[in-house]
Amino acid sequence: MSALVSLCVVVPLLGAMITLGLRTVGRLRDVITLGSLAATSVMAIVLLVHVEANDTVVVRVGEWAPQLGIVLVADMFAVLVLGVAVLTITIVELFAMGQRRSASGADPTIVGPMLLVLTAGVTLSILTGDLFTLFVAFELMLVASYVLLTHQGRAGQVRSGMTYVVINLFASTLFLFGVAFVYAATGTVNMAELAERIPELSNGVRWGIGLWFLVVFGTKAAMFPLFSWLPDSYPTAPTTITAVFAGLLTKVGVYVMIRFHVLTEMDQLGPVILVIAGFTMLVGVAGALAQDDMKRILSFHIVSQIGYMLMGLGLFSVAGVAGAIIFIVHQIPVKTVLFLVGGLVETERGTSSLERAGGLIAKRPWIAALFALPALSLAGLPPFSGFVAKLALLDAGVADGSTIIVVAALVASALTSLSMVKIWLGVFWGSGDDHPEVALPERVGSGPGRLMFAATGAALALTLTIAVVAGPLWSMSERAATELLDGDVYVDTVLGDTVLEAGDS
Amino acid sequence: MSLTMVLVVGVLTGVGTYLVTSRVLSRIVLGFALLGHAAVLALTTAAGPAGDPPLADRSSPSDTSNPLPQALSLTAIVISFGLTLFLLALARRQHQLSGDDLVEDDLEDRRIAQDEHDR
Repeated sequence: MSALVSLCVVVPLLGAMITLGLRTVGRLRDVITLGSLAATSVMAIVLLVHVEANDTVVVRVGEWAPQLGIVLVADMFAVLVLGVAVLTITIVELFAMGQRRSASGADPTIVGPMLLVLTAGVTLSILTGDLFTLFVAFELMLVASYVLLTHQGRAGQVRSGMTYVVINLFASTLFLFGVAFVYAATGTVNMAELAERIPELSNGVRWGIGLWFLVVFGTKAAMFPLFSWLPDSYPTAPTTITAVFAGLLTKVGVYVMIRFHVLTEMDQLGPVILVIAGFTMLVGVAGALAQDDMKRILSFHIVSQIGYMLMGLGLFSVAGVAGAIIFIVHQIPVKTVLFLVGGLVETERGTSSLERAGGLIAKRPWIAALFALPALSLAGLPPFSGFVAKLALLDAGVADGSTIIVVAALVASALTSLSMVKIWLGVFWGSGDDHPEVALPERVGSGPGRLMFAATGAALALTLTIAVVAGPLWSMSERAATELLDGDVYVDTVLGDTVLEAGDS
Repeated sequence: MSLTMVLVVGVLTGVGTYLVTSRVLSRIVLGFALLGHAAVLALTTAAGPAGDPPLADRSSPSDTSNPLPQALSLTAIVISFGLTLFLLALARRQHQLSGDDLVEDDLEDRRIAQDEHDR
C-alpha cells in the first residue's frame, strides 16, 4: 500500500518526463499522458478504499526519521480529496484530447507534460506531511500553472499572466518566510510535530503564525480580499486549462489551510476566518452578477464558493470541518464540469459572451442539459451534491450559533442561483447573435466532438455520483474531520515510536 | 541569532518589496531576486548559531551547524532561480508585444472606469 502513495506523485512526473521527450509523436503522447493520469486515478481510488477500511498510511521516504526526512501521509482527508482531484484531471485530459481532435492541427506540445507536472504538484500537496515539502509541491503546481496560463503568449494572457505570476510568487516568498518563522519558533517543519509544539507556544506567536499562513494559503485559495488575481487571469486561458485551475488550484489552497490550521489548533482564529468567509461569499457572488461573460461569471463563483469552505473551517467543530471537506469534494468536479460546458459553448458559438452566444437550447439541447444539472448543484438545490454540502455547512453553522454567517451563506446561495439564471437566459435562450455586424471569430473546427461531450458527461456523472453516495461520503468526511481536530491519531501514526535524542532536532 | 543577519534580511525585504511594487518589469524581476535571498537568509538564520560544516565523521555533532535548514535553503534557492528565469522570459515576451516593459493597465478596470466617467 505504501508504494501506491509514492507512486501517486512519481507516476505523473515520470509521464511528464517521457512526454516532454516525445516532441513529434502526437498520438503516443496522448496515450502516455492519459495512461499515467488513469493509472494515478486507479491508485488514488485503491488508496481511498484501503484507508477507508483500514488506517492512515504513512510513508517515510528513504526510511529517514519523520523529523528529518520527507513523510507522505495518506489519511482519510487526503485520500478523499486526492481521489476526486485526480479523477477530475483525467476527465479534463479526455476533453482536451477531444478538443485537439476536432480542432485542426495546432497541438501545443507543452500542455500534456505540464498538466502531468500540475497533477504531481497537486497530489504531493495533498499527501505531504511536512511544511517544506508542501512549499515545494506548491511551487511544482504553480510553475506548471504559470506555463499553462501563458504558453500561447497572447497579449491578454501575458498581461493577466503577469499579475497571476507576481501575486503567486509574492505569496510563495511569504510562505518561505513563514517556514523560517515556524522553524525558528518550534525547530521542526514536520506537521505532526508542529501539531504538538505550536499549541504550546505563547499566544502572540500562535496568532502571528496562524495569521501569516492564513494570508499565504488564502492568496492561493483566492479568499477575500486576496482574490483579485483570479477573475482576471482564469478566463484568458484555454478552456481545458481554466477547467483544471477552477476545479483544483484554489481548493488545494483551502485543503492545506484546513490541514494546517486545524492540526495546529488555531481555534482562536475562528471568528476572523468566519468574517473573511462571509465577505468572500458575498463579494464573489456580487462580482459574478456584474459580469456578462460566461467564463468570467463562473470565475467569480470560484471565489464565492471558497467562502463556504472557509465557513466550515472557521467553525472549528467536527460538523463544520466535515462540511468543508464534503464541500471541497463536491466543488472540484462541479466547477470543472461548468467550465467544460463553457468550453462546449465556445467551440459551438466561438464566444462565451452572454450577449452573443444565444439561443443554444434550440440547436444543442444536450449542452443545455449538461449545463443545467451542475448549475443547479452549484446553486445548492436538492437533490444534487451542492445541496448536501451546503446543508451540512448550514447545519454546522446553526449548531454553533453563528447566525450571521448562516444568513450570509443563504443570501449568497440565492444570488448564485440568480447568476446561473443569467447565464441560462443569455446563452441558451434568446435569439443568438444580437450584434450581427460584429463578425464572430472563426469557428474552431466543426463544433464539439463526441469525445468532448463524453468527457463533460463523465464529469457530470462524477458530480451526480457524489450526490448518490452522499451518506457514506458524509461519514468519511466526519471521520476525516475527527482525525484532524483530534490530532493525536495523526501525530501517533506519523511519528510512531521514533524519538530523537535531546538536542538532535 | 546574529543581529547582522536580521538587519540584512530586513533591508533585503524592504528593498525587494519596494522594487516589486514598481511598474517596470525588470525592476519586479530584481525585486523578486532580492526577496528570494531575504527568505533564504531568514531560513538559515532560523537554524540557530553557526558552527562547523555538518559533515559526517569529520566534526562532532555538538559543534556543527544545523544541516536541515541548509538543505531546505538549497532547494529554495534552486526554485527561486528557476522562477526568476520564467519571469524574465515573460518580461521579454511583454517587450516583444508592446515595445516596453511596463505592466499594462487592466483593460476591464479601465472599461468600468470609462463607463462611470461617461455617466
